[in-house]
Amino acid sequence: MELKRVVMFEAERDPAFANWISHTVGGERIHHCLQCGLCSGSCPLSLWMDYTPRRLLLLSREGFKEKALSSYTIWLCTSCYACTVECPKNIKVTDLMYALKARAIQERFYPKRFAVPELAREFSKMIRGAGRITESRLVLQVFFKTAIWRLIGFSNLGVKLLRTGRLRFVREKVSRQKEIVALLNDVAATRKELAR
Amino acid sequence: MPDARNPDTPPRIGVYVCHCGTNIAGTVDVHALAEYAAKLPNAAVAREYKYMCSDPGQELIRQDIRDLNLNRVVVASCSPLMHEPTFRGALAKAGINAFFLQMVNIREHVSWVHTNKADATIKAKDLVRAAVRRVGLHKPLEKRRVEINPNVLVVGGGIAGIHAALTVANSGKHVHLVERQPTIGGHMAYFDKTFPTLDCAACILTPKMTAVGSHPNITLWTYAEIASVEGYVGNYKVKVRHKPRYIIEDLCIGCQECVEACVYKDGRWADEFNLGLSKRKPIYLPFPQAVPQKVLIDPEACIEFKSHKCKKTCVEACGERNAIDFHQRETIEEINVGSIILATGFKTFDAHRNAYYGYGVLPNVYTSLEVERLVNASGPTSGEIVLRDGTKPKMVGIIHCVGSRDHNTNRWCSKVCCMYSLKLAHLIRERIGAEVYNFYIDMRTPGKGYEEFYDRLLDEGVHFVRGRVAEVTDWPIHPSEEGKLIIRAEDTLAGFVRRIPVDMVVLSVGLEPQSDARDVRRMFNISCSEEGWFLERHPKLAPVSTFTDGVFIAGACQGPKDIPDSVAQAGAAAAEVLALADAKYVELEPYTAHVLEEACSGCKTCLTICPYTAISFIEETKKARVNEVLCKGCGTCVATCPSGSMEQNLFEDQEIFEEVEGLLAYA
Amino acid sequence: MKYTYYPGCSLRGTGRAYEESLLAVFRELGVELEELDDWNCCGATTYMSYDEVQSYALAARNLALATKSGNDLMAPCAACYLALHKTQHYVREYPWIGHMVEHALNVIGYPTDISVRVRHPLDVLFNDVGLDAIRAKVAHPLNGLKVAPYYGCQIVRPYSIFDDQRNPTSMDRLLEACGAKIVQYPLKTQCCGGSQKGTLPEVGLDRVGRLLAGAVCGGAEMIATVCPLCQFNLEAFQEEASNAHQFHIPILYFTQLLALAFGIPLKEAGLQRSFVSIKPILAEKEIAYA
Repeated sequence: MELKRVVMFEAERDPAFANWISHTVGGERIHHCLQCGLCSGSCPLSLWMDYTPRRLLLLSREGFKEKALSSYTIWLCTSCYACTVECPKNIKVTDLMYALKARAIQERFYPKRFAVPELAREFSKMIRGAGRITESRLVLQVFFKTAIWRLIGFSNLGVKLLRTGRLRFVREKVSRQKEIVALLNDVAATRKELAR
Repeated sequence: MPDARNPDTPPRIGVYVCHCGTNIAGTVDVHALAEYAAKLPNAAVAREYKYMCSDPGQELIRQDIRDLNLNRVVVASCSPLMHEPTFRGALAKAGINAFFLQMVNIREHVSWVHTNKADATIKAKDLVRAAVRRVGLHKPLEKRRVEINPNVLVVGGGIAGIHAALTVANSGKHVHLVERQPTIGGHMAYFDKTFPTLDCAACILTPKMTAVGSHPNITLWTYAEIASVEGYVGNYKVKVRHKPRYIIEDLCIGCQECVEACVYKDGRWADEFNLGLSKRKPIYLPFPQAVPQKVLIDPEACIEFKSHKCKKTCVEACGERNAIDFHQRETIEEINVGSIILATGFKTFDAHRNAYYGYGVLPNVYTSLEVERLVNASGPTSGEIVLRDGTKPKMVGIIHCVGSRDHNTNRWCSKVCCMYSLKLAHLIRERIGAEVYNFYIDMRTPGKGYEEFYDRLLDEGVHFVRGRVAEVTDWPIHPSEEGKLIIRAEDTLAGFVRRIPVDMVVLSVGLEPQSDARDVRRMFNISCSEEGWFLERHPKLAPVSTFTDGVFIAGACQGPKDIPDSVAQAGAAAAEVLALADAKYVELEPYTAHVLEEACSGCKTCLTICPYTAISFIEETKKARVNEVLCKGCGTCVATCPSGSMEQNLFEDQEIFEEVEGLLAYA
Repeated sequence: MKYTYYPGCSLRGTGRAYEESLLAVFRELGVELEELDDWNCCGATTYMSYDEVQSYALAARNLALATKSGNDLMAPCAACYLALHKTQHYVREYPWIGHMVEHALNVIGYPTDISVRVRHPLDVLFNDVGLDAIRAKVAHPLNGLKVAPYYGCQIVRPYSIFDDQRNPTSMDRLLEACGAKIVQYPLKTQCCGGSQKGTLPEVGLDRVGRLLAGAVCGGAEMIATVCPLCQFNLEAFQEEASNAHQFHIPILYFTQLLALAFGIPLKEAGLQRSFVSIKPILAEKEIAYA
């Protein structure tokens, strides 16, 4: 049994984080949250979450950045929008989850070789490179980055997919790929400027 | 005394500038303003004083009128809404027409909204100059007196309507109580016990209902609706549509032999009073304590209406009394009343709209009102709380805030549901000892004795889970959930999601305005709020009055509320109505519009534009005419009239132009 | 009737059968489809997790290209469908997003009009083509084949444009028109877990297991889907998910069922790409096939 002191002092809050979340998509109404818990109740993945969506929203808007970004919750969200549709205060909970997820990916708030953020990173790399996703390549790359031995478990499935012609290795790509890169770079640049 | 009606008498204007302590004097140079005013054309005198509205202040004006032969007065002080009547009174006391006054608002419009003294004083000067130019054109006007018919109409026979009707009737005035259902009692008649005292609803309601039924000063119209309303405060002509019961009311004694004898041995049609949980016959008494205690026939169900070939055993059973009349028709009768109280109540939220709670799909999901009927001894199950298959539930879940506090359905809090949910929890525990779970977001118990009631519940072993329920499902994921209804919600206080299997789910549905509230309000010429509740004149200071003189509102039709508040509002409305009746007449402001008939082209544009339906078209002369009693002086018709033939007292074109020119003239 | 067709990345990979059956069905109905030239990935939910405005920009490029073409844009993959709609909504609702996306489109010299109407094939078939036209094409009715219609989340949430958000029935009606019997499926709009089976396998399996159990316990002989990821999830992990129930049930795209009913040869409808063969059930139900 470990004794732990759990009082949270105001100095431990990150007001910049609280400010940031209230200015992202969905954040405009985060202060309306009454903590009713309907989002958690309707979330199909909430059974697995350490902090339920409701709790995560509260932690975020209060500025408890560490707790919020180290939660498992943001990785579990499949963006099914059940929470957003049900919320009696019309808070876009899903978009808040996206914001937290993106922030956590950016700031690398996750253990090494964690599949969910690695998938997002590899996905974005592939888009930058080719403009389209070739599923087989993406999956292989993610396994590579995380737990390559799991491929063995998937070998059966892989064979089935090959047999039915659903596993294709030909690289899907956009011919005017320069446009994609320019598009993405421009958005990134504008974002940097706005942040200033 | 100068003859103010003689147009040749030049205006002699007294201008009075009020300091209002430092309220005005702090920002406006009142001394400079008075000096400036004294030099304006037609100004006979200009004075300044600390508090013009005080007795000495008013005496100043009166004295000047007498000594200096003033025939017009300008008071530069606060808003007319504050003291116009005060100063008008001063003029009248001094012997000149009260409407020879023009007030200038140099407080709310100048000193309270500006900080720069020099600029504020310039603005005040502009306004006073404009007023001085205008007031010279004021014509003498008189307030119109309208007599009040002491009779009262109360629409709606729920607890609010009943209480209002009794209060007024007890004063000796005559009341017409019109109720749309075949019996009075409203929603309160459905309940078993009422919070927080757990008084039996019927025990406290039925004496009042009977009192209404037998009161010499109350004409009770049941199964009747208002067809039309015409007139104005003190003089309303109301048409009442009396729907046919197919029973001669004066002859029926409510013995129910006819119901017993009906060719249908069992009920087959959804019993409205039991919300469809039981069945009734085509001829029926709405509920055992109905007032009036008379049956009625449902023409959609009765064979005689369809085939004309029924044995009519009911008529036989009625015997000599002969109270059944299949040829009865709807009648429309006119009544004359002086004031109206609307107490039309509410309806409950349709739980079908919350798809995830399974109402109407999963059999053992009930609304709170349905459970009230189950719990009631005269209900469909004689007070037994049972499921659809007749067995008693061992676990019951009560879900708060269904259709309330939700941007997807109704934003407001329905005020009574937390309390009635606690009450139902108590009754269920008491009657069948089931495990009860209340799922709430906040526990709203603000009334007298309400928090104490909650305290009492906490001793009774009810489980309270703070979390808005996400879904009610019959899809089990754990063996303990087989055959049950599972309520899924986050227990926000504990911090995790819970799935609680129950046998019966009770949805605490919120309150909504009646479905035809918008049509009803139009008939009575009042307004509705955005959500559809009848609009009060002022939410704090005039909760039972409306913007239409003579029409008052009381009870849940004004907004969700419990029985104590409904009764209090009913008493308040009764007082307002009695005040009107006892005053015997009402004085109406004279700044109404009137038609200059020579110029009227009969285009009828003004008719549809008047928000108070105060304008009518005279067929014989093909001209419009304004009912000056209905007219509120809003000016819309004056501005709209294409031929300029609509004029408004105190806001004639010339008066307005003079005022504008006064504002624009440079000092 | 002509539509611009946006396949999306999955329809070239695991979702091949969706594209094949879709093209075959629309061809049979005489509806012209023109593939959006040089389309790029819409970003789906994964890019949105990485950088949301970049994600909108990606979708916007497709929308701008499609708007130029003038026809409605049809996106069969539910995630693509939502990504495109969401982009259109958010560039209006959040001016700062609108400006960033517009700026980016300007930089690559694209018009900034992204107002093309984005449609789902369910919507097109149900509303534009109509049930009567579908019924007219049925050559091999499905003889009461018990189908659980699985809509998943992204085509009804958060925007429910052509169907009810909590109880959609467009697919139900379409399949009934082909002679199928629709099974009650209360989980029809519950999330399949998306990419969780790959990243967080325990979670993903739990979701898949429940959906399969829900369908099978309702008496379904087959599940019809509208999204390539849903189809994959429900199909690929049936053995793993089997414990109390043994799952061995074909998971088809609704377009494949339509193709079957229209008499389109199995191969053309991509039906040979299923893991669980439908031939036994077709034989049992005496459904003819080409």
